[in-house]
Amino acid sequence: MCAVCGCSDGATATITDLRHDGHDHVHADGTRHSHDHDHGHGHDHHHDHDHGHGHGTGTLVALETKVLAKNDALAAQNRAWLAGREILALNLVSSPGAGKTSLLERTIRDLGGALDLLVIEGDQATSNDAQRIRAAGAPVVQVNTGTGCHLEAEMIARGLAVLKPAAGAVVLIENVGNLVCPALFDLGERAKVAILSVTEGEDKPLKYPHMFKAATIMLLNKIDLLPHLDFDVARAIANALQVNPDIIVFRVSARTGEGLDAWYGWLRREALRAPEDAFAAICSGPAGVTKQMEETVS
Amino acid sequence: MHELSITRNIVAIVAEAAKGRPVDRVTLEVGRLSGVMSTAIAFCFDVVAKGTALEAAQLQIKEIDGRARCHDCGDEFDTPDLYTSCPCGSHRFTRLRGEELKIKTMELREVA
Ligand SMILES: [Zn+2]
Repeated sequence: MCAVCGCSDGATATITDLRHDGHDHVHADGTRHSHDHDHGHGHDHHHDHDHGHGHGTGTLVALETKVLAKNDALAAQNRAWLAGREILALNLVSSPGAGKTSLLERTIRDLGGALDLLVIEGDQATSNDAQRIRAAGAPVVQVNTGTGCHLEAEMIARGLAVLKPAAGAVVLIENVGNLVCPALFDLGERAKVAILSVTEGEDKPLKYPHMFKAATIMLLNKIDLLPHLDFDVARAIANALQVNPDIIVFRVSARTGEGLDAWYGWLRREALRAPEDAFAAICSGPAGVTKQMEETVS
Repeated sequence: MHELSITRNIVAIVAEAAKGRPVDRVTLEVGRLSGVMSTAIAFCFDVVAKGTALEAAQLQIKEIDGRARCHDCGDEFDTPDLYTSCPCGSHRFTRLRGEELKIKTMELREVA
């Protein structure tokens, strides 16, 4: 972990199998990154001020590499793996406290009989949410990111290896509660589902545009609280549409169940579409390769 | 903050490409709409580069302004953020620039 930035990378993530009752198995990969030197790098950042040493004498190498190429390639592998098994994977993102876990619990209780639902639960620490998911009746694998603020494709690959979802299953990935960082990391999911609760500001989509732009649907949660709040539903939806004109919005309450039928209908339709992904994967080859070829051409 | 893991990616990619040779300079292109702060990358860089081929490397970051082409009127326009609409009022457009997150070049030290 970097004491300056307060975050870490995926190497410190631990995967915990919560599919069975009783004791949990923790698989740490042991490649923890540590830098015990003092963080006295202060303010002499190496940018924008030249020191004039050796310019022009070195060998200039063009790299033209996407910084996230590695994550994107792993995400493409996840996507192909899921497609081959006709598995629908969704990436659920929100601020902390928007009600992701409650929504998942309710969804599992209401749809668990009709769909084979499994959960990859991302959290910085603790497996409290995963325990709730297991109690609701879905097999769940916990990914603790340590101080990392988002899930990465590599963690999902490891999570899927432990979870072993069957063909035709639906894997719901509960990302770390954070509307900034998870937007940038493709996990190989079919779609991102952004959850915004009416106890937050209507301007959240404008404050965190990357996330609402990346999301396919937005669940506006906790609508049972509207009579007690000043929250302007129309304005919140207009803000989301301003960032993403194609975003689909459902107004729901995970507590009362209001509006959930629309979300369930969408989920069932997407699950039925999973075989299309397999077909598309066969026809177009690995998505990562296609993407890279486009990059090279442009 | 995801810039630390972004910076680790940058250092890992460049170090791998350098194959052990010391790197004097790395240039990046970071779009202003990429969701990544250049200053945060610069901030993390020294820590992450320590003990690698990039330890003595200068980091140069070129920030790229947002620009898009409208689907409705066909014009190009500047986009300082992710929700600015086309002057014609349309929200449907293709981003031309501003979302880059790319390592452009590295400069390897001449080893005598
Ligand atoms: Zn226009």
